[in-house]
Amino acid sequence: MIPPAFDYAAPTSLPDALALLGQNPEAKILAGGHSLIPAMKFRLATPALLVDINKIDGLAYIREEGGWLKIGALTREADLDQSALVREKYPLLADTARMIADPLVRNLATVGGNLAHADPANDHPATMLAYRAEVTAIGPTGSRVIPIAEFFTGPFTTSLAADEILTEIRLPARKPGDGGCYLKIERKVGDYATAAVAVQINVDNAGVCKSAGIALTNLGLTPIPCAAAEAVLVGHTLNEAAFKAAAQRAAEAAEPTSDYRGDEDYKRALVRTLTVRALRTALERARL
Amino acid sequence: MSTHHIQLTINGQTREADVPARLLLVHLIRDNFDLTGTHIGCDTTSCGACTVLLNGKPVKSCTVLAVQADGGEVLTVEGLEQGGQLHPVQEGFTAKHGLQCGFCTPGMMMTAVALLRENPDPTEDEIRWGISGNLCRCTGYMNIVKAIQYAAEKMKTREPQPA
Repeated sequence: MIPPAFDYAAPTSLPDALALLGQNPEAKILAGGHSLIPAMKFRLATPALLVDINKIDGLAYIREEGGWLKIGALTREADLDQSALVREKYPLLADTARMIADPLVRNLATVGGNLAHADPANDHPATMLAYRAEVTAIGPTGSRVIPIAEFFTGPFTTSLAADEILTEIRLPARKPGDGGCYLKIERKVGDYATAAVAVQINVDNAGVCKSAGIALTNLGLTPIPCAAAEAVLVGHTLNEAAFKAAAQRAAEAAEPTSDYRGDEDYKRALVRTLTVRALRTALERARL
Repeated sequence: MSTHHIQLTINGQTREADVPARLLLVHLIRDNFDLTGTHIGCDTTSCGACTVLLNGKPVKSCTVLAVQADGGEVLTVEGLEQGGQLHPVQEGFTAKHGLQCGFCTPGMMMTAVALLRENPDPTEDEIRWGISGNLCRCTGYMNIVKAIQYAAEKMKTREPQPA
């Protein structure tokens, strides 16, 4: 399959990339290309111009700074997966990176692309919701920060304007008592989730939950935040009964559709089971 | 539609081409450079038959634009043999019967070469995880794993390969 004809430009600076986007309303940004190029081959996307941002320096990094873990939007999934910092302190993020597509795809696929593409089946969106992350976008009038809860506006749709570029994702730096986990059921390596659950909690020394983030992948038209499930946990001692109550709320928040990956009841049952398991693991990790 | 003059190193040789923006890397390799060892399998980023090393990393060349390889370095299965001597990974696939129909083999070997560069002494689990983006529809995974283990063993007792 061959994509439809398009123009291509590979600017070496953000101002040049922004100018190209401003001049071409039908342009798309090419980052890792592992969602965009397949979509173009299937003729689901027909941009007039690809603005390749891979030649722009300074968009790929993973570092802690000012109370945040900052991730450059062009950071490859493989680099996230192999980052010692991420593996040691951000287990929810490490779990997620490792479950995205397959090792070859992860060599090119980017964190920013996984979010900006806003496929409800992508894995980072739920994880970033659970982390209460923020993204930075640069546009013709400067940069702005978007809380992740305001980022996903619909299937394959975000609050990014057509002439903005996502440049950074940041999530709160690890505090004592933080623990997280991402669990995904997939039919085979590289498949989208039949169901997946992202969990990030903070517990105090007495085992009382101080904060909780829970979100679901591929269980609705957007990644699904589970506020009711979180509310069941915050302020309470974490135990099996609390996990089960939260899991029930998460299953109720899910909006699955029956398809070849499973029917609605099966997917809700997966959410219940995965939420309990993810919370158990998150709690173990919080105590490390 | 824009056309671009690109220059890249492929299997150690500098090559140039004028390519339309929509030309895929796998088509550049197979059609422009006549290196047909790189296969097209699913054409949908699933199977890994088209795997080549781009700047040292294994990637699915059906999902990369040729123009993205401008200034880069590509290694295909044809570049594994050095001075008439098979790469240890190629030897392993021969010695351990690592192929049946052979369609996935070039991509499988390119992934294996990259895997052993990063991790010269992988466990069986690490090998299986490493090749999880390459599908063998003959399901001959047991012998593929053995072939990669053979290569790992062989490379310990041999000079580092230029490839």
